[in-house]
Amino acid sequence: MVVQVVRGFYAVAYAVKLCRPNVVCAYPITPQTEIVERLAEMYANGELKDCEYITAESEFGAASILVGAAAAGARTFTATCSQGLILMSEVLWNAAGLRLPIVLVVTNRAMSAPLSIWNDQQDSMLMRDAGIPQVYVENLQEAHDVIPQAFKVAEDRRVMLPFMVCMDGYKLTHAYEPIDVLSQEVVDGFLPRYNPPVYMTTKNPLTFGSYAPPHCYMELRVALQNAMTRAKEVISETCREWAKTVGRDWGGHLVEYFTEDAEVVAVAMGSLVGLVRDVVDEMRSRGRRVGLVKLRTLRPFPVEEVRRALRSANKVIVFERSVSFGYEGPVAIELKGALYRSGNTPEVYSIAVGLGGRDVPRALIVDCINKVIEGRIREGFHFEGVKPFEEVLAP
Amino acid sequence: MKALSEKLKVSLGGTSGPFGSRRMKTGWWGTEWPKVDLEKCTGCRLCEMYCPEPCIWIQDVDRKRKAVVDYDYCKGCGICSVVCPVGAITMEVKEMYKV
Repeated sequence: MVVQVVRGFYAVAYAVKLCRPNVVCAYPITPQTEIVERLAEMYANGELKDCEYITAESEFGAASILVGAAAAGARTFTATCSQGLILMSEVLWNAAGLRLPIVLVVTNRAMSAPLSIWNDQQDSMLMRDAGIPQVYVENLQEAHDVIPQAFKVAEDRRVMLPFMVCMDGYKLTHAYEPIDVLSQEVVDGFLPRYNPPVYMTTKNPLTFGSYAPPHCYMELRVALQNAMTRAKEVISETCREWAKTVGRDWGGHLVEYFTEDAEVVAVAMGSLVGLVRDVVDEMRSRGRRVGLVKLRTLRPFPVEEVRRALRSANKVIVFERSVSFGYEGPVAIELKGALYRSGNTPEVYSIAVGLGGRDVPRALIVDCINKVIEGRIREGFHFEGVKPFEEVLAP
Repeated sequence: MKALSEKLKVSLGGTSGPFGSRRMKTGWWGTEWPKVDLEKCTGCRLCEMYCPEPCIWIQDVDRKRKAVVDYDYCKGCGICSVVCPVGAITMEVKEMYKV
């Protein structure tokens, strides 16, 4: 075990290197840049063996290059966020339909406009329906550990889908944390060489994503849905295997924390989980029956696990880092869908905090939970941590 | 046409081999198709050069060079009829679209 204090970028880049990618292609965007810079550096130093590092002219170009590389049977990696992700989105929808196991790290950042380079989770939400599994990580060790699992799940023959690892920009990417750095032997033992079931060569040309007229399009979309359904089990299985091999169990689709007898359960994703867990600990010590659900996968959505975790809750607080404008926080929407006819229908509070990098102090989380416990806010959608303001028509 | 009892096979990611698209006859898309008046056609190849598909080209018809249409893939855009300098190509509405 080698514990090193590293930055988020390095935790990801080094894990990617250990996964022996064949093609890395990216376009820089804050706060993702240093991940691919570290990989470019490893490539320039000759540490990335049997790998091409291609600089692209845009995120659209980067994703397109990877689609070609993956179709030719390469293990591929990229990273992006925010406007880069939305520019990449056309290609990523294709990659899902083409069933190409591209692994990408999304360093969650706010969407424009107004321009913001800071963290929330609005960007990855726009990929919710693409047919790409999404895992949200809490800390650098988890980000480091999830990369080999991402390749393994994506390349599993039952799955064959792109895979998104979502890590909060700045809060994780720029953070220094001590991590147990994986060894090449461990990763090699866990992740076999990519053996693509179908790939093209110059001698064996193929068309990927052929034109599908109405008589067969729907079947291909059903096949995509089936792959996502199977991905749910493969993710759990891979996570268990990781726990067995490496000794760290990240809990599969979600992690329950004091939910057995909790009346109020907070739900969070990503880097916010650590803070909420700390608040729950403190409230528990004062006799409050509060619990926490750390939701790791937004897609495939863990319906049964969510139902089980919230079986005894009277009130559920979802800390949202994004908004589905015109409705409420996307995670609460998903969650309510899962609870429909589950036998327990708790009040669901969808509370958006920390948009565009707005600080989420401990006191805000405590205040939100107290407000809900004491019935000081109505069920439904709220923004918290917002200044009083007035919208005027001209500056 | 496959028998209805035959199970549809879809490949992972919708892949297909070389020339797989030939099985996809697109000629039924259009509502009109070009008819060539072989008497008028001079075999100048202008239609062949302008056809975006390409679905019309000059072949030997009774030992003379004449324009021939590939109705399996022609989508009936009508460009050939517009560029023909001798008015040998006319667009005809397909029987099923006649009202």
